[in-house]
Amino acid sequence: MNIIITISITAFIVLYAGLFKANKALLPLTVVGLLTALGFTFCAWNGNAVHFGMMQTDNFALAFSGICIIGTLLIFLLTQNYFHAKSDNIAEYYTLILFALAGMIMMVSYKNMAMLFVGLEIMSVSLYILAGIRKKDFASNEASLKYFLMGAFSTGFLLFGITLIYGATGSFDLDRIQAYLVNSQVISPIFYPGVILMMIGLSFKIGAAPFHFWTPDVYEGAPTLITTFMSTVVKTAGFAAFLRLFAGALAPLHDFWVAPLMVIVCLTLFIGNVTALFQKNFKRMLAYSSISHAGYLLFSLIVLTKNSENNVLVYAAAYTFASIIAFAVLILVKQKTGSDSFESFNGLAKRNPLVALCLTVAMLSLAGIPLTAGFIGKYLMFLNVMTEYKTLLVAFAILNALVGFYYYFRVIVAVWFKDGAETELSAPVQYKVVLLVSVAITLILGIYPAIILNLI
Amino acid sequence: MEQLLLLIFLPLVGAIITAFSGKSAKIVSTVFSVVSLGLALVIACNFIPNASTQFEVNLPWIADLGINFHAGIDGISMLVVLLTNLLVPIIILSSYNHEYKNPAAFYALILFMQCGLLLVFTALDAFLFYIGWEAALIPIYFICAIWGGKDRIRINMKFFVYTIAGSLFMLMGIIYLYLQNPAHNFDIQAFYALNLDSAQQGWIFWAFFIAFAIKMPIFPFHTWQPDTYTAAPTQGTMLLSGIMLKMGIYGVIRWLLPIVPAGVHDWGQVAIVLSIIGIVYASLIAFTQKDAKRLVAYSSIAHVGLISAGIFAFNQQGMQGAMVQMLSHGINVVGLFFVLDIIFSRVKTNKIEELGGIAKVAPHLALTFLIIVLGTVALPGTNGFIGEFLLLMGVYNYGIWASAIAGLTIIFGAVYMLRMYQNVMLGETNSLTITFTDIKGTEKLVLYTICALIIVLGIYPKPVLHLTEASVQHLLEQVNQKLNTVN
Repeated sequence: MNIIITISITAFIVLYAGLFKANKALLPLTVVGLLTALGFTFCAWNGNAVHFGMMQTDNFALAFSGICIIGTLLIFLLTQNYFHAKSDNIAEYYTLILFALAGMIMMVSYKNMAMLFVGLEIMSVSLYILAGIRKKDFASNEASLKYFLMGAFSTGFLLFGITLIYGATGSFDLDRIQAYLVNSQVISPIFYPGVILMMIGLSFKIGAAPFHFWTPDVYEGAPTLITTFMSTVVKTAGFAAFLRLFAGALAPLHDFWVAPLMVIVCLTLFIGNVTALFQKNFKRMLAYSSISHAGYLLFSLIVLTKNSENNVLVYAAAYTFASIIAFAVLILVKQKTGSDSFESFNGLAKRNPLVALCLTVAMLSLAGIPLTAGFIGKYLMFLNVMTEYKTLLVAFAILNALVGFYYYFRVIVAVWFKDGAETELSAPVQYKVVLLVSVAITLILGIYPAIILNLI
Repeated sequence: MEQLLLLIFLPLVGAIITAFSGKSAKIVSTVFSVVSLGLALVIACNFIPNASTQFEVNLPWIADLGINFHAGIDGISMLVVLLTNLLVPIIILSSYNHEYKNPAAFYALILFMQCGLLLVFTALDAFLFYIGWEAALIPIYFICAIWGGKDRIRINMKFFVYTIAGSLFMLMGIIYLYLQNPAHNFDIQAFYALNLDSAQQGWIFWAFFIAFAIKMPIFPFHTWQPDTYTAAPTQGTMLLSGIMLKMGIYGVIRWLLPIVPAGVHDWGQVAIVLSIIGIVYASLIAFTQKDAKRLVAYSSIAHVGLISAGIFAFNQQGMQGAMVQMLSHGINVVGLFFVLDIIFSRVKTNKIEELGGIAKVAPHLALTFLIIVLGTVALPGTNGFIGEFLLLMGVYNYGIWASAIAGLTIIFGAVYMLRMYQNVMLGETNSLTITFTDIKGTEKLVLYTICALIIVLGIYPKPVLHLTEASVQHLLEQVNQKLNTVN
């Protein structure tokens, strides 16, 4: 509870600071607010408190809240000069991102499905505005409109699903729903379509195929920093919401929803990877690769074990920090060259070896090379599914991972092996901090993952 | 115990220091590689050549997943560790006549790779083995793709995807074994003790075998190899052919045979047939090569084919032959590639027909090259002879026809290697080779060291045979015993 209150208050303070044109104070204020929220997250650890029957800050919620807050913090550090160059009213950006974060905290810790809906909407509405915040940019407007239409559509599915489940069980409460599934002899026939509709609604939000069509256009059109936010922190929160429902309350019904989930996973992996392979634009490639990662993240749910949730946490952490690096470098490169094609990365190693090295670590992690967090994430997913000896499925995922190597290594090839413009590419201090922190987390989780393995 | 940790991580420390040493990277990396060699020799001197695992380290690493940092050295490991730490300084010294751009990164990557290789050769935990396996691959990919020759990006992508495809399926096999293991860890002894039926063993066999076959490479998984060897910088080629392919051979001996003996029993014949096809096929192609570097690349496929046939023949002679030949092949092939590199650095070509008469102007090079070639074609008195003789004996015990065809490698090898030598070194000097200068400095040091090793090991191979004998014996007994219980 403290976490949400802190974040919301920070958002208001920042908004007022913007009113009084205290633009220099925005970032420090936000950082202090987020650090306080992070502090509360640590304090609440193992507390497992239930707030008014609506939210439950168990370790699952806290761990995902922690990742979301740290991710947002890193993204805020990247804002230096980013918004200033584009708009005078930069306080709006800060406030909206903070509100979205508050919504996400609800999404990862809901105990009542009403809170899921409220959190999702707080987050989504903020994001609709953020995607279109460049008022005069056509692509940004398009992204915003597309995102809004698709988002509203998917919310419809979600609400309908919630309604049907309510109709069957008479409750929004996750525990009661689970109790209903365990105890009742006959499960009401309207429960099943409810589950499917909720799965579709949430798949929209996390950009899993075949409900992914909005992702590439929205990611490409939105300002890069907002894309970073959407494809990392927002996605992580979406998965946490998905997990909380399916691995938690709906776990007794696993046999029923695993079949549609398997279809979604296979399609997501395949479409994400294969389309990413043909992209010429780095940002678009990341958008499609984020779809494929959604597939790996859902992979863990195919076989529900006691580790499934933690596996998703590890994978989400690995993916979030590697993606933040990739997007941060993209912002730097785009500011310098004005383009986000692969060619603009040519010869980056000569222009700035440190940035090139960080980007390489990020790509290795996204591809899943040992000694990076991404490998541990993928390994846990494979291990989880192998426990039921679904070898064909794992083999399919492995083939997809191989495709992934191709496009991630294309970046590495451009950075190290190709010659490009010789202009120096300097990185501001804050960018260096973000890059190095993310690289450190990626490598530490890769070399000694024991610290995160039993969090939940 | 501390000695082994030091042995594995000294190159890593060296790599980090080298990465920040700027222009003096060459010297720094040489120092580290020589100290590593010294350390390996100290360990070899303290090593008691029996079947036991010595200098064992077993530290918890990721306890929740049953992953331990478990490493140790037995006779077989000792041999490949010695080979690695012997060849790395030689390879680094062989680069002294080159000025690579960004040397700090180049030498740091070599040392980093050494660390990965040592992990592979000492790991007694399957997960650790896998980590080492990949940790050796990443640096060599960068070495070949940054400092390589024409078309290096495409070629290395192929190489990389090939090898990683193999290793991912191996990872799947490892996970399967882990899940079968009631203790839920990756310990090699626990894997040895598993009772898998022959169908399971068959699947695991293929999951592992393909990874190893790609690495060695065995026909038909070899298609990445000639291009990669040719396009790589010479040091990269040496690392690939001298040490890295031994990862595949070592993997077969350490992991494949003892874990899935029934799988090997069922499918080993296929492996032998593929190896023998590879021998003949690669030899025939080697005949037609115009580029000396490609010729050596194909000859390497032929040699490795014989080694793998010897291993899958599965008897004492074949296995011991494989041991000796691993060492010999590593030394010889590094020597060959170095000679070709020296020639290339002087006249900018490795095309056999453009060369000729170098012996007249460079007698030292001619002598050392001759010794290396003779070692490669297994002339009695050289190191190549001992290994190939034992290998052929092993294959003979397996089947006469197999050994008759595999024996062709010696005849073919002699023909194409000597013809290559003749065309490159003998005959009339032409306008290109007339200005050829003889070897000097580190070139001389490296080549004479290699020649000395070739002759010493050829005349007195006993220390090597003695080193591995007990371990090999133990391995065979263990596997046969397990095979009997399965049947």
